[in-house]
Amino acid sequence: MDRPAGVFDVRYEQDMAVVRTGPQWGVLIGFLILLAVLPLFAGSYFLGFMILTGIALIAVLGLNILTGYAGQISIGHQAFVAVGAYTTAVLMDSFHWNFWATVPLAGIAAAAVGVLFGLPSFRLKMLYLAMSTLAAQFIIIAFFNHAFPDYFHAVSGIRVNRPELAGIDFRNNEAFYYVVIVIAVLMTFFSKNLVRSRLGRAFVATRDNDLASEVIGINIARYKLYAFAIGCFYAGIAGALHATYYRSVNPMQFHLDASIWYLGCLIVGGMGTTVGAVFGVLFLRSIKELVVFVSPVLGGMVSPINAPKIGPALGIISWALVVILFLIFEPRGLAHTWDVLKSRFRHWPFKYAF
Amino acid sequence: MPANNVMLTAKAIGLSFGGIEALVDIDIDVRQGEIFAIIGPNGAGKTSFFNCINGFYRPQKGSINFEGKEITRLPSHRITELGIGRSFQGLQLFNGLSVLDNIMAGRHFHFKAGILSDAIYFGRTRREEIKHRKVVENIIDFLEIEPVRKQIVGALPYGLRKRVDLGRALAAEPKLLLLDEPLAGMNRDEKEDIARFILDISEEMGITIAVVEHDMGLVMDICDRVVVLDFGRKIAEGTPEEIRSNEEVIRAYLGKAS
Repeated sequence: MDRPAGVFDVRYEQDMAVVRTGPQWGVLIGFLILLAVLPLFAGSYFLGFMILTGIALIAVLGLNILTGYAGQISIGHQAFVAVGAYTTAVLMDSFHWNFWATVPLAGIAAAAVGVLFGLPSFRLKMLYLAMSTLAAQFIIIAFFNHAFPDYFHAVSGIRVNRPELAGIDFRNNEAFYYVVIVIAVLMTFFSKNLVRSRLGRAFVATRDNDLASEVIGINIARYKLYAFAIGCFYAGIAGALHATYYRSVNPMQFHLDASIWYLGCLIVGGMGTTVGAVFGVLFLRSIKELVVFVSPVLGGMVSPINAPKIGPALGIISWALVVILFLIFEPRGLAHTWDVLKSRFRHWPFKYAF
Repeated sequence: MPANNVMLTAKAIGLSFGGIEALVDIDIDVRQGEIFAIIGPNGAGKTSFFNCINGFYRPQKGSINFEGKEITRLPSHRITELGIGRSFQGLQLFNGLSVLDNIMAGRHFHFKAGILSDAIYFGRTRREEIKHRKVVENIIDFLEIEPVRKQIVGALPYGLRKRVDLGRALAAEPKLLLLDEPLAGMNRDEKEDIARFILDISEEMGITIAVVEHDMGLVMDICDRVVVLDFGRKIAEGTPEEIRSNEEVIRAYLGKAS
């Protein structure tokens, strides 16, 4: 649509391309190099931040496909992350599997559970479907809390060791950072491709108009399940990384709050855009970290006795406030702001162009 | 010119919603190559009949055959794959997609690449996207909507959106195209455009067309055969000239002259 002056497409490949011009390639490669060299000069704390952001990004990309593109609202996404985390943890703890082998399996297990909880979407839409995915959140977590105590160790949690590969020990954050970033970048790449191919069009078609979708030959029941399978596959991969990053898994980590936080990321970033998922996660993760810094100071000023309680409260209040403000002032999210900025930049000094 | 092979046969279709009989004992044949019209006063059951062909409604009685295949109980998307396309009364587009993607979505079942190939967007998926893009660009040319191809459909004016709807139906390469009130809500110029498109679709692409329409000008001018429904019953069938002078039809539209 909008492209720098003088850039014309003469072949369909050029028109389809996401990265179009030399400078765009430059920015992309520069960004990837920056990610690659980050551990050389960033501290362990910042790497921890990046790791958690990467893990959240993978989960949100999945939710973006499921809710943003296919329109199947899920408020139980963290439960599917839990399925992935428990798959990895149990396979490593009880069956002594190699971590690398458990990662795809974590995705597949979460996808299978997602399809199961996606079945109600044949009959339910919108809010009613949201209720049934909320049920998924509670059922799955209750399952991990009470079923198979010999495997799930709900009370003590499961200990997970970080992996090793070709002599590299991933126990320190520098090495584990690469695992997460490589997977996150790949998953972003897959997500962008999926949504611009037939599958993505079919998802949006199902979301926007289910009757018309049937008439152009889309089996909407099957595509809803595809959406659940893919969205939850992403959640499962995020879960596997989550388990290994924290080195322990227990049901308390997979709270409803996180499921809603993922939805918040989508709203802030802009639903139904891949770049929005990236922006949303970065933005809300940054706010989370900011609160960690600010709350002790604030606590000290306001009420030293209650200072330890202010942190958690401020965390929830701040991101909820941000989501509300975005809903009011920029419902299309940061992705839209980004588009506007790009277009302003290209058309400057004019306001717009035809 | 209309050949005489029958493409679609509806036999003794009966459809009722509770106590209301929407369609009673309807027999309709659509022949290959013709432009076929279904007319009738409001509530006569025209759209209900289309919905039966499409698989949205399941008629309680009777059967529908398309090219020798029974389609009465098939799911909608299977019926589409057999070659029955449809445009809608009013607007039923995918508002979040661009014009191009709406029409590309119309080619959905012509794509063969799998999910994994889509995820890497290389090789098969890329070749298919380009192959189908060429077909879609031809349709965009045909409908004269080139300037808006990258625009989001939700922001377009009504007349253009109706063309996108038509384009999406054409993209599936149907053998039989059902048009439900293609002229509703249009001004005279837009009507003439659409009438021209319908004639071109019939003559250049060789697609059989069945149309439900209230605009008698269109029906009388371009249709080969007309069926008239009234309160779910077929009351007349014939060429436009025959229908024009049919007393049953005049009574249904104008009331009974005493």
